[in-house]
Amino acid sequence: MPAMARDATETVVGFARTLRAAGVDAGPDRVQAMIEALHDLDVLNPRDVYWAGRLTTCSGPDDLDRYDRCFAAYFSGRKPGPPKRAAQVVVYRQVAMPAPRDGGEEESGPERDKTLAAASETEVLRVRDVTRLSVAERAEVNRLIALLDADGALRRSLRYTPARRGALDRERTVRAMLRRGGETSRLYHRAHRYRPRRVVMLVDVSGSMSPYADALLRFAHVLVRRRGRNAEVFSVGTRLTRLTRELRQRDVDTAMAAVSSTIPDWSGGTRLGDELKEFGDQWGQRGMARGAVLVIASDGWERGDVAQLGAQMARLSRLAHRVVWVNPHKAQPGYEPLTAGMRAALPFVDDFVEGHSLGALEELARLIGREHTGGRRA
Amino acid sequence: MGRNGHSPEADIGSPADLADLLDKHEYLADEGLATACFLAMRMRRPLFLEGEAGVGKTELAKTVATALDTPLIRLQCYEGIDAAQALYDWDFPRQLLHLRAAEAAGIDDVGAIEAQLYDRRFLIARPLLQAIERTSERGAPSVLLVDEVDRADDEFEAFLLEVLSDFTISIPELGTIRAEVPPLVVLTSNRTREVHDALKRRCLYHWLEHPSFDREVAIIRRRMPEASGVLASQVARAAQALRGQDLLKPPGIAESLDWAQALVALGARELDPDTAARTLGAVLKYREDTQRVLDAGLAALLGDGGEQPSVRTG
Repeated sequence: MPAMARDATETVVGFARTLRAAGVDAGPDRVQAMIEALHDLDVLNPRDVYWAGRLTTCSGPDDLDRYDRCFAAYFSGRKPGPPKRAAQVVVYRQVAMPAPRDGGEEESGPERDKTLAAASETEVLRVRDVTRLSVAERAEVNRLIALLDADGALRRSLRYTPARRGALDRERTVRAMLRRGGETSRLYHRAHRYRPRRVVMLVDVSGSMSPYADALLRFAHVLVRRRGRNAEVFSVGTRLTRLTRELRQRDVDTAMAAVSSTIPDWSGGTRLGDELKEFGDQWGQRGMARGAVLVIASDGWERGDVAQLGAQMARLSRLAHRVVWVNPHKAQPGYEPLTAGMRAALPFVDDFVEGHSLGALEELARLIGREHTGGRRA
Repeated sequence: MGRNGHSPEADIGSPADLADLLDKHEYLADEGLATACFLAMRMRRPLFLEGEAGVGKTELAKTVATALDTPLIRLQCYEGIDAAQALYDWDFPRQLLHLRAAEAAGIDDVGAIEAQLYDRRFLIARPLLQAIERTSERGAPSVLLVDEVDRADDEFEAFLLEVLSDFTISIPELGTIRAEVPPLVVLTSNRTREVHDALKRRCLYHWLEHPSFDREVAIIRRRMPEASGVLASQVARAAQALRGQDLLKPPGIAESLDWAQALVALGARELDPDTAARTLGAVLKYREDTQRVLDAGLAALLGDGGEQPSVRTG
């Protein structure tokens, strides 16, 4: 291999390493593509190198910013600084076994009693606020959250599937006729297929919501794991952050760790109206919110303009199939939706639920799964 | 247009050459887009174009096909699109007619009839198969435009990935059809949902931005020669200003062109608040947006006729 070519390859490989460190998915096949692209361009022209890399290694508008920074840093010889570490979400590791009621209990006790104790314990845990749990109880609740059933919520697809009755399936009928030498033997029918409806969850991670954020994000993980590409999750606070990619990891602890290092504005303030607007502009109106079940988990503490929040809720409720608002503070005795933000948002909400305990999250999962037929509450 | 069998593709030695060629066909491509397109042709990789609605994604594919003098085959994606609509389908009614005709003629050799039934002439080629089979008269690759791929569902994406990876299609009754020259593929997406990484990985990815002020003026003048220079720059300036405002749907270059066209149709020489109010529907498509702009005042939007555009041109 000529020295020049080898140098170029080494440079590209080093550059790809920088890109990967910055979070651009520049895998070996993409590196190969960049080298190939440089063959067709002028390797000594910085603009050509810039475009060859950008076209082959980036895969979305989020990557472009990172790419530009890496390119400037790498080809000017500077080493990019370490990525900024944001405050971490508190992640509690889960354990596999239910916690026994009393740690000091004798080993000789019959196994059956232990199971019974654990079962009644689960009943207690179901209704207890997730912020009032001991470490062991929290681990058990987390384990049970991971087992929630988040299926359901179907919508009619445009695709057809064979059915016993419904519209005539002309193609299948004619194909069968051809097989039988042109005799009409029976008529085939087809009907629309049903597909999972998209669920979009926005989790407020501001200071006032932080005690509940861990449980809600675990719930979001269940959604993403169970519903695959039909679930999307964002964190809101002072910045809108897409978490779907991080939550795709199967292992819940790995996923939660990835989420906690991605959220930049953990325990900050809330500019809910602006965040909802950003969600609507960047994602919702393009199609993500269209016909979806939109779940917003927030206490409605709005530091920004309440009118903005109301306007954005109106817009999202027009796009979405159904809007579910989860407010853990609702479970407190005597709660009234008095915060200005909550009052502005409520007219556009179809279901207003608690989500503060395991039982409430089970209820939320059921609610998401249910096909809603009634009208929107005024 | 064959230019004595001389292929326009052979003339293109650099992205700049391609930009010049597209320029001749009234499409002003910037450096990034020209490079993307050039590499797609050279590396024989699909080009994946994303960007706001109305920045000229679809138009690019059309212009490339015209410039290279090769057929453009368009596959418009929508939810529920499947192989029978994208690849090929058998023409059942004609097959049935053929069968009846054979019976009436008293042919009862079952094998022969069956062989005739699955003949190429009863096969309806849908866009993907067309793109694989067709080339220009000189044998140059056709341009396949897979428009709004984000509207199709993920099953279709997987299927598309399979076809785009080796450009062969196997039809059980006929055999395998292979592309002699793989088509130049342009995929567009409005990002209504995230397209699968595996598909993007096969492609060159380019994000199209709104054009800068100068480029927008140039595009309007080029596409709309009837519009005066003053009108073109006023429309471009107003469109740039609108993009800076908080609108539900900021206008793309397509809307600027519509607007200019509406103004030309009204015989306007200049854009003033009165003509702007009458033609605002060409550029703003939401009642809330129109209201917001009217509340802020059209005079403010159009500026006070100063020479310097007060908007960023980056």
